[in-house]
Amino acid sequence: MQRKVAFTTAWALVVVAVVIVAGCAPKKQASTESSGKVQITGAGSTFVYPLMSRWSSEYAKLTGVQVNYQSIGSGGGIQQFKEGTIDFGATDVAVSEEEEKTFTRPFVQFPVVAGTEAVVYNLPGITQNIKLTPDVLADIFLGKVKKWNDARIAQLNPDVQMPDMNIVVVHRSDGSGTTYIFTDYLSTVSREWEQKVGRGKSVSWPTGVGAKGNEGVTGQVKQLPGAIGYVELNYARQNNLTFAAIQNASGKFVLPNQETGTAATRAALERLQQDIRSSAVNMPGENAYPITGFVYVLLDKQPKDTAKSAEMKKFFEWVLKDGQKIAGELDYVPLADEVVQMSLQKLAEVP
Amino acid sequence: MNEPATDAAANASVRRRSRSTAFWSDRLFRTVVVASASVLGLLLLFFAYELWRSSTLSIRTFGWRFWVSRDWDPVREQFGALPFIWGTLVTSVAALMIAVPLSLGTAIFIAEVAPRWLRQPVSFVVELLAAIPSVVYGLWGVFVMVPWLREHVQVPLEQRFGHIPLFQGPAVGVSMMAAILVLSVMIIPYITAVSREVILAVPQSQREASYGLGATKWETIRRVVLRHARVGILGAITLGYGRAVGETMAVTMVIGNRPEISLSLLQPGHTMASVIANEFTEATSPLYLSSLTEIGLLLFVITLLINALARLLIWRVSRGEVQY
Repeated sequence: MQRKVAFTTAWALVVVAVVIVAGCAPKKQASTESSGKVQITGAGSTFVYPLMSRWSSEYAKLTGVQVNYQSIGSGGGIQQFKEGTIDFGATDVAVSEEEEKTFTRPFVQFPVVAGTEAVVYNLPGITQNIKLTPDVLADIFLGKVKKWNDARIAQLNPDVQMPDMNIVVVHRSDGSGTTYIFTDYLSTVSREWEQKVGRGKSVSWPTGVGAKGNEGVTGQVKQLPGAIGYVELNYARQNNLTFAAIQNASGKFVLPNQETGTAATRAALERLQQDIRSSAVNMPGENAYPITGFVYVLLDKQPKDTAKSAEMKKFFEWVLKDGQKIAGELDYVPLADEVVQMSLQKLAEVP
Repeated sequence: MNEPATDAAANASVRRRSRSTAFWSDRLFRTVVVASASVLGLLLLFFAYELWRSSTLSIRTFGWRFWVSRDWDPVREQFGALPFIWGTLVTSVAALMIAVPLSLGTAIFIAEVAPRWLRQPVSFVVELLAAIPSVVYGLWGVFVMVPWLREHVQVPLEQRFGHIPLFQGPAVGVSMMAAILVLSVMIIPYITAVSREVILAVPQSQREASYGLGATKWETIRRVVLRHARVGILGAITLGYGRAVGETMAVTMVIGNRPEISLSLLQPGHTMASVIANEFTEATSPLYLSSLTEIGLLLFVITLLINALARLLIWRVSRGEVQY
C-alpha cells in the first residue's frame, strides 16, 4: 500500500517534469510588442550577422523600429522561416527549387548584399599577392598540386621565389555558406572537382585539415607555414593575411575587394533576372572577382501581420538603398545599382 | 497500524501521534528519492527513444553498413560512421593511457607521500584544471600547444621515424596526437580528485597493520592501499573516460576534423562528438540530419557499453575474481 502510493506520487512528479520540459521547447513567436513599437525578428546566415546588427542599430536610430537578428546559420534561418517562427530569414545560399516545394506559403527571396572570399596563404617571407588560375587552384584543393614550388605555380609567378614547401589545405569543418560559395566556384571552373567533390555546405574534401568557422581557418593558416585556405575577405583583412589574385572568366587576375565584388554582382545581373538563384561566381568582366556570393533574405508574400510586413518592407528598402554604403565600410560587397533595382522589384511583391 | 488494545492508555495516544508523523515523513522522503531516481532513468530512456526515432531514416537507408563504411560525403548523401568511431576510441583510450598513471601518481602523492602543508595547494591546483572551460583548452591547444608540438615533436618524429606507420607525415600540427594530449590534460583532474578521495578513505588501521608486518612504504601503498581502493579507482577511471569520449569543443579545435582512418598519430582525425557539433547546424536534408543523429545514437550506445564493461570489471574485481 505504502509502496504503491510512493510510486504513484513518483509517476505524477515525472509527468509534471516531462510537461515542464516539453513546455520549455523553443517555440519563439515573433510578435508585435504590446506597447505598439514594432519588433522584427530574423535569423540565419552567420556571415551577414555583423552587418545586420549594424544595419539594425542604424535603422533603430532613424526610425525606432527594432530588428532582432540571430545568427544561427543559413540552414537554420531557412528552417525557422519555413516554420513561420521568424519574420524573415537570411541565407548565403538561395533556397533551391526542390526546397521551395516543401514550403507551405508563398515567399520571395532576393539578394541584399554580397561578399567575396579571399584565398589566403602563409608563405614565410612572401608578402606579395601571388597569382593563381582556376585550374591550379582546383588542383591544389584536389591534392594534385602538392608543393609550393610546383612548376605550374612558379610559371604563374615568375617574379616570386616559391619555397620548397608542402601545401596544406585548410578548409571549414563546419557546414557553411562560405564553403558552399567556394565549392560552387570550384565546381564551375573544374569538371574534375564537380564530379569528384561537388558543391555543398559540407563536402568530402580530398585533402587537408578542417577548422571551425572563418576564425578557425584564419587561425590555422596564420600559424601553419605552407597553409592555404579560403575565408571571407574581412577576416583576411583584419588578420593581415596575404591573399591571391585569381584569374577570372575574362582571363584577368583580380584581387578581392569592394569594387571587384560589386563588378561581379553587376555581371551576374542577366542571369539573376532569369533565375534569382543564380550564383555570382566566375563572372566575366575586366574587373569581376570570381569568388563572390550573395546574401539573400526570405520574406512572406502573404504575411499574417500586414502592419509589421509593411515596416519590414521599409527596412529592406532602406537596406537596399542607404544600407549598401554601410556594407562597404564593413568589407562586405555593396550590390551594383542594377541588382539593387532588381531586388527592389522583388521586394515590391511583398504587401 | 492497529495498536493492540492492551497498550497502556496514558501512553497510547502520544505514541500513536509520534509514530504517525514518523511514518509520514518517511513516506515523503521515500517519494522524493524514488521520484529523483525515476526522473533520471526516464530521461535516459527518453533520450534513447528520441535518438532512435530521429535516426530511423538513416538506419533504414544504410543498415549495418553505417557502422563499417568510411564514406562521409554530404553532397552525395553517402554516410558511414567508422572514421568517427575510430577517432573517438583511439583518442579517448590513448588519453587514458597518459592520464591514468599521471593521475594515480598525483593522487598517491597527495594522499600518502606529500607533507601535510603541501596537500591542499597541490589538490587545489589539480582541481583548478577541472574548472577551465573546454573552449579555453581548445584555444590554448590551437595557439600554443599545436605550433610547439609541430616544431619540436612532430617534425623530428617524422624525420626520424617517418617510415613507421605510427609517425607517418606530413606533420601539420593539428592531429590525433594533439587531441590525445589535450584530452589527457582535461581528464587528469577528474581521475586525480576521485582517486585521492578513495585512497584517503582507506582505513588507517590497514596501513598500520602493513607497517607492523614490516612492509615498506611502497609495499604498503601497492599491496594494501591501492588494493583496498581499487574499486573506487576504477570508478574514477570510468568517469575520466566518459569525459574523454564526450569532449567536443577542445577536440574539434585541435584534431583537424578529417574523417579518415590513419594509424599515424601525426595525421588529422575526427570524432563522433565533433562531427555532430560541426555539421548539425547546416545539415538540412532529412537523411543528412538523420545520419548525424545516428552518430549520436552510436555514441550513446558505445558509452553505455563501456560503462557496462566497467561495471562488470568493478564487480568482478570486488569479488576478487580478477587480480591486478
